[in-house]
Amino acid sequence: MIPAPFRYHRATSVEDALEALREPDSKALAGGMSLLPLMKLRIGRPEFVVDLGRLELAGLERANGAYAIGALTTWDALSRAQELRGEGLQAIADCARGIGDLQVRNRGTIGGGLAHADPAADMPAVAVALGLELVAYSAEGERTIAASDFFLGPFTTALAAGELVTAVRVPTPPPGSGSAYVKVEHPASGFALAGAAALVTPAGARVALTGIAGGPVPVADPEAGLEDIEVYGDRFAGEEYRRHLARVVVRRALERARARAEGRAS
Amino acid sequence: MPERIQLVVNGEPRTLEVEPRTLLVHALRDGLGLTGAHVGCDTSQCGACTVLVEGRAVKSCTLLALQAEGAEVTTIEGLAPAGELHPVQQAFVEHHGLQCGFCTPGMILTTLDLLSRDPDPDEAAIRHALRGNLCRCTGYQPIVESVRAAAEALS
Repeated sequence: MIPAPFRYHRATSVEDALEALREPDSKALAGGMSLLPLMKLRIGRPEFVVDLGRLELAGLERANGAYAIGALTTWDALSRAQELRGEGLQAIADCARGIGDLQVRNRGTIGGGLAHADPAADMPAVAVALGLELVAYSAEGERTIAASDFFLGPFTTALAAGELVTAVRVPTPPPGSGSAYVKVEHPASGFALAGAAALVTPAGARVALTGIAGGPVPVADPEAGLEDIEVYGDRFAGEEYRRHLARVVVRRALERARARAEGRAS
Repeated sequence: MPERIQLVVNGEPRTLEVEPRTLLVHALRDGLGLTGAHVGCDTSQCGACTVLVEGRAVKSCTLLALQAEGAEVTTIEGLAPAGELHPVQQAFVEHHGLQCGFCTPGMILTTLDLLSRDPDPDEAAIRHALRGNLCRCTGYQPIVESVRAAAEALS
């Protein structure tokens, strides 16, 4: 399988990429772990591919008490980042480590993955539970979009035409916090049948689910049995079974997050 | 429209013409005659097309050749001189890490990425690293044993 023909441009700067992406039917290419399979299947047929791969948008920076993760930081780099081991941020590495496989984590990026917004993707749940913010850059400047406002539905986000995700901001949880991401995955695809991210702080818990609906779902009352949450069923996991899995992963993620918050687990 | 690109393949600078849509695996196989990268599932699941780009295992069926322009690419052909075996290859032979051999180049190149960062991996780390490489005949137990033996041989 090979993609339909397209023209290719390797972006030299964010501005250059934005300029190129003004062309109709253009598409930004980051790691390509979601886009290229779709193009090979000819589900995606962009006329013009703008490769962001050489932009210097990878790595972690700390500013104003928060980490900013460059949009091109790979899942592999995130899974190994020592900076994200403490202070309630553990869910990020948990999640990154379980995405795809080593080869996919070597190429796939947090910015590309979040912007792709696959309804069964792992990181959107973490992004919502931990309150991550996406930095969207355009010709008009920069704006910040809370993860809870970013995911609008399957493969649909709040990014406007002419905007690129350049970084993901990670607010620092208060001392005494812990977080975790736990999923039950389809054994062949590795995608979550149900995945839960939990952040436990001295003030309370925040939980979000993925794999159960068109996007990440915040769980207002994780102890309440998830009866009021809409869950879809498919041939891999019917609605009832998937709701059961959702309860299981919520419980496990909360337990692990609590254990980390209390210093009983790493 | 074809574009001319340069890659450093197995230590040698190579120039070839590709279309924007040419995948790295086809550039290597059809452009350079390096058929050790296999096309298995063609959907970035099986890992038979795994090569190293700048030392990191990637699925060359899911990478445009243009994305790799200028990069160092290592294929199974580049691990040892003709007629000789790299210690990881030798370990796979000695520990029955292959039968048909179709998945083997990918298994070995992923193993090299793993060992470059974790020279002494335990069984769980090996299985986690090889998750994206499917074997349909040998079974994973002797492959895991081969990787352990390779780690010891290289230590």
